[in-house]
Amino acid sequence: MEVLFLLEQVVNGLVLGGYYLLIALGLSLIFSVGGVVNLAHGAFYAIGAYVSLEIARRLGFGAAVALSPVAVALLGVLFERFILRRFYGADPILGLLVTFGLALVIEQAIRMIWGAAPLPASMPQELKGSVMAGDFMFSRYRLLLLAIVAAVLACLWLLLNKTAFGRVVRAGIQRPDMVAALGIRLEPYLAAVVALGVGMAALAGALFAPIALVHPAMGAEIITVAFVVVVIGGLGSFWGVVLAALLVGVVRGVTIHFAPAAGEASMYVLMFLVLMFRPRGLLGERVEKFE
Amino acid sequence: MTTRRTVLKASAAAATALAFPAIVRAQSDKIRIGHLTPLTGFLGALGEYAVKGIRIAIEEINAAGGVMGRQLDVMSEDSVNPATAATKAQRMLDQDKVEYLMGEINSASAKTIMQVAARNRRLFLQIGARSDVLRGADCNRYTFHVDIPVTVMVNAEGQALLRDGMIKGKRIFALTSDYLFGHDLAKAAKAFVTANGGTVIGDELTPTDTTDFSPLLLKIRQAKPDMVATNLGGNQVTNFVKQYAEFGLPYPVAGFNLNTADAWAAGEGNLGGIWPTVWHHEVDTPGSKAFVAKFRKLHGQPPENHAWIEYVSMHIMARAMSETKSTDTEKLIAYFEKQPEFDLLKPRKGYFRSWDHQMMQEAYTFSVKPKGQAKDKWDFLKFGPAVPAANQPLEILAVKKEQNTCKF
Repeated sequence: MEVLFLLEQVVNGLVLGGYYLLIALGLSLIFSVGGVVNLAHGAFYAIGAYVSLEIARRLGFGAAVALSPVAVALLGVLFERFILRRFYGADPILGLLVTFGLALVIEQAIRMIWGAAPLPASMPQELKGSVMAGDFMFSRYRLLLLAIVAAVLACLWLLLNKTAFGRVVRAGIQRPDMVAALGIRLEPYLAAVVALGVGMAALAGALFAPIALVHPAMGAEIITVAFVVVVIGGLGSFWGVVLAALLVGVVRGVTIHFAPAAGEASMYVLMFLVLMFRPRGLLGERVEKFE
Repeated sequence: MTTRRTVLKASAAAATALAFPAIVRAQSDKIRIGHLTPLTGFLGALGEYAVKGIRIAIEEINAAGGVMGRQLDVMSEDSVNPATAATKAQRMLDQDKVEYLMGEINSASAKTIMQVAARNRRLFLQIGARSDVLRGADCNRYTFHVDIPVTVMVNAEGQALLRDGMIKGKRIFALTSDYLFGHDLAKAAKAFVTANGGTVIGDELTPTDTTDFSPLLLKIRQAKPDMVATNLGGNQVTNFVKQYAEFGLPYPVAGFNLNTADAWAAGEGNLGGIWPTVWHHEVDTPGSKAFVAKFRKLHGQPPENHAWIEYVSMHIMARAMSETKSTDTEKLIAYFEKQPEFDLLKPRKGYFRSWDHQMMQEAYTFSVKPKGQAKDKWDFLKFGPAVPAANQPLEILAVKKEQNTCKF
């Protein structure tokens, strides 16, 4: 029986990992564009959640999940154009400082607009409840969430690897000078990638609003987890992040099964171990700056 | 020979000499009070209500001419965490020259501020932290506690559960917030359950920064309890309740701690069960109604229990200062220890018990209104009767003297 319970925790951890993935992948994507670790990424997640509540109140839950990421992605374009772009290839500490500052500004702005008290958020009644698969119990809502994450993941992979857009982006990341020599303006592509990353964070915010707390510091809470996932997976690595997100979810779930008090600490222990033996992360490429 | 000119000069000089200290006097004449409460972190939302509540009381008191003709000057700051809380408290006493300290919601921070108060022999009105040990093993004679403690919440909630047949012979699974307050609450809850014929079959510690409860929900399902009891703090309760509704587990949930703000944040349809509270905006007294109306007018929503408690606490201090005609700690302690009764905007008045300095007052329980009965998003809580009943002494829910380890 015990083995079965444990297995259930592992599967549940994979589902949770899917949610981490949505945020961490965007963070990793933005990093790969210009080498900036976007500490404001969590703030966009928070905006996504708040905007989704505003939309849900007027147009319903489905519209909120669809529109909030689009709205926040547009914000992301402005963010890239006026802030992030100035720090591509600059000293990493500058990018860290400016995005950290932005995160604080956004958090305070949310507090001023919507108040410090958490906002109520509910999912449609028909999505509540759980589904039994054999002896395993799944939250119906989280299964839906997992399906959406899988779809986003597939689309993103196809976009980056099978389209002309993706080819320009990948080439631009490695040899911006060559892309320029071929007469392609890289800026719009990079802006689009940043918008995509930020939009994914907002999608995570909109999807998680009904089951987590919608409050101003929600971004600060999630950015730490996202950062840990990205570091474990390897900065800038697509599949590394996927692997790390699932791993963190599973490790956390199994730890909570045996020692709930250590649940939140488990991912940091995991990060510590990974960095000890593999400083570049699980699937990260060697980054000279960091080694 | 005195000419008109020299007289003018001399009087002008005298006037400046007099006027100058007068201005300085006027500034130091304000009664400075240090107010600390968490404004960020998992209790930050409650702290925001706390500040809103105390501000209303300060404006009322100052508009009515202040205390002893002096205006109140209350500096409110984010206490952040226990270590920072203590540093700020010491700084307020040393640099900002406050007369005494008030505030707090976080039991761990309250504990460190209490130590600062004792070290400096200065009064600390501990408003919103509920841990028993603050009023027991860690008590000191410089601190008075306004909010109901853990034991009262457990007894109030426990009586209601007992009445509904949820404890006797039942298997109860508990979730506990992993800090001072949670441990305290779990201890009292377990004692109550065991004493009344129930069994605690699981008690899981949960870090205060937990945002995902799904692994614990799976454990609850595996344990198949008769009831899930939460000893969680702050916005943890909201997170838990939302995810419990998400998974749709069939076991009834009850809890020994829930603030109205956390209930509001859970949203209608997610919350169920019976919960204890110290005050609710539907308490039917003229004082509560006036306060609620004032708060609604300012902030467009009803006040939360932390807004109420800060409001009455400021009024308690104002009355204590004007009746003792002093801001002196020793005089204020002597005054409170005479057990004067204070209006808490509830049907019955309250008083600080002289030997452990905790407020004796009515408590309540609330449940959730049936679907469709809520008038607005603040209205889905069904306010229950007061405990203890009107014919019982207020002390009946509190720790008895022989059980309490508090010694000054």
